[in-house]
Amino acid sequence: MKLTLRVWRQRNAEEPGAMATYEVDNISADMSFLEMLDTLNEELTLAGDEPVAFDHDCREGICGACSLVINGDAHGPERTTTCQLHMRSFSDGDTIDVEPWRASAFPVIKDLVVDRSSFDRIIQSGGYISAPTGTAPDAHATPVPKPDADFAFEHAECIGCGACVAACPNGSAMLFTSAKVNHLNVLPQGAPERETRVLDMVARMDEEGFGGCTLTGECATACPKGIPLPSIAAMNKEWLRATRKVRR
Amino acid sequence: MTRTLWDSTVGKKTIMAVTGLFMLGYLVAHMVGNLKIFFGPGEFDGYAHWLRTMGEPILHYEWALWIVRVGLVAAVVLHGVSAYQLSRRDIKARPAKYVHKRPRASYATRTMRWGGIILALFIFWHILDLTTGTVHTSFEAGHPYQNVIDTFSTWYGNVIYIVAVLAMGLHVQHGFWSAAQTLGVGNATRDRLLKTLANILAAVLTLGFISVPVAVMTGVVS
Ligand code: HEM
Ligand code: SF4
Ligand code: FES
Repeated sequence: MKLTLRVWRQRNAEEPGAMATYEVDNISADMSFLEMLDTLNEELTLAGDEPVAFDHDCREGICGACSLVINGDAHGPERTTTCQLHMRSFSDGDTIDVEPWRASAFPVIKDLVVDRSSFDRIIQSGGYISAPTGTAPDAHATPVPKPDADFAFEHAECIGCGACVAACPNGSAMLFTSAKVNHLNVLPQGAPERETRVLDMVARMDEEGFGGCTLTGECATACPKGIPLPSIAAMNKEWLRATRKVRR
Repeated sequence: MTRTLWDSTVGKKTIMAVTGLFMLGYLVAHMVGNLKIFFGPGEFDGYAHWLRTMGEPILHYEWALWIVRVGLVAAVVLHGVSAYQLSRRDIKARPAKYVHKRPRASYATRTMRWGGIILALFIFWHILDLTTGTVHTSFEAGHPYQNVIDTFSTWYGNVIYIVAVLAMGLHVQHGFWSAAQTLGVGNATRDRLLKTLANILAAVLTLGFISVPVAVMTGVVS
């Protein structure tokens, strides 16, 4: 198929950017969205132009590196990561808008690449967990009730892509932070720092300049891993419990 | 703990949720009280008088009413200041808009800020109209029945009141459910129940409040 792409181009963090228009032809429906961009970049390189910079790594939907807002939707029209989005979701002759994640806590570095180290700092502020290395521990060494294990696993699925922030009209990181907090706080391994973890991670989240939650729900709609909106309520509950227990 | 609450986005939302629910409780009582207008001036004016003697003899005349008023002013101020500060922060966190726009969120969710501002303006007008009588055409203290009839005999009285009540309904619809999430009461199994409760509350409050101007306009109450 033949497509018109309108892509955000920005040389570096300092200079202002703008949308640039490109035509791509001979795009197969079986290509992933990133392979389609690779095709564009090959053409740009051959023509002596600067290729479009975008983040990607595993291209398997597990690392959380890919990050594009496609036609106004974080990760595009399907509920998956950009690398797992295929061109069959589009039709011949379509015009597709491609923009970077937008949030002041995710500044643009170049073109479609944003700096998501604010997420790393939120994780770091959560502190220690016991993570034994070496041989796998016995499965029954630390008993975990099934509902808790399921709850933890549901939240452990978060790949830290930042689509939730990109989709949120307030640039809020509540869904991401709640996934991280809930994952560890429900498990015995995370119990020793249950209170400080949620207090510190929420405080760090605020310091990084993310917005507050207005329970709009755009985050959960955009999340490729299906982290549900009630996760935020669960984190609020943990936070309120911790403020009552810990004197600061 | 006060500092932790006030300095955190989650804490400030908690303050909004608690003050919001307090105002909501007041609105339910206020709406039910208003319905007494359908039983004539004797009942309505008598009820207004009782509001002033309530709490006696432990409390003096009007003390209970003033306690409620102080609580409400505190709630409105805390709620409004938190809303302002959080909104400023939210706008700053998302400075660049997407070039490709698409409709986002429900109407009730999108109108929380403008709806809140309309409510704040209405609260001012409402007090100047039916409590102090400052902007009323023919206010007489102690005769609320007649004052209400007069307010709803002007076109602007009806327009202002009905617009504010509709804004209130939308605000409550998203606000009640939101407050449950903020306070950590919401979860996946309770979600439908909470949304239904929010819809019922919003509908009952809206219909209850609007019934009064509609009754005056149609002559059911005169
Ligand atoms: C002074 C006028 C008011 C203003 C400016 C205002 C503004 C707002 C705003 C902007 C929000 C959303 C805040 C956010 O999500 O970050 C909100 C939430 C809320 N409002 Fe109001 N509002 C006002 C009056 C009221 C009244 C009269 C009620 C009583 C029914 C009320 C009940 C609520 C509730 C329950 C919430 C949800 C709190 C939460 O999300 O946890 N508000 N208000
Ligand atoms: S919560 Fe979902 S959208 Fe947000 S970072 Fe995690 S996986 Fe990505
Ligand atoms: S590139 Fe790893 S999730 Fe898309």
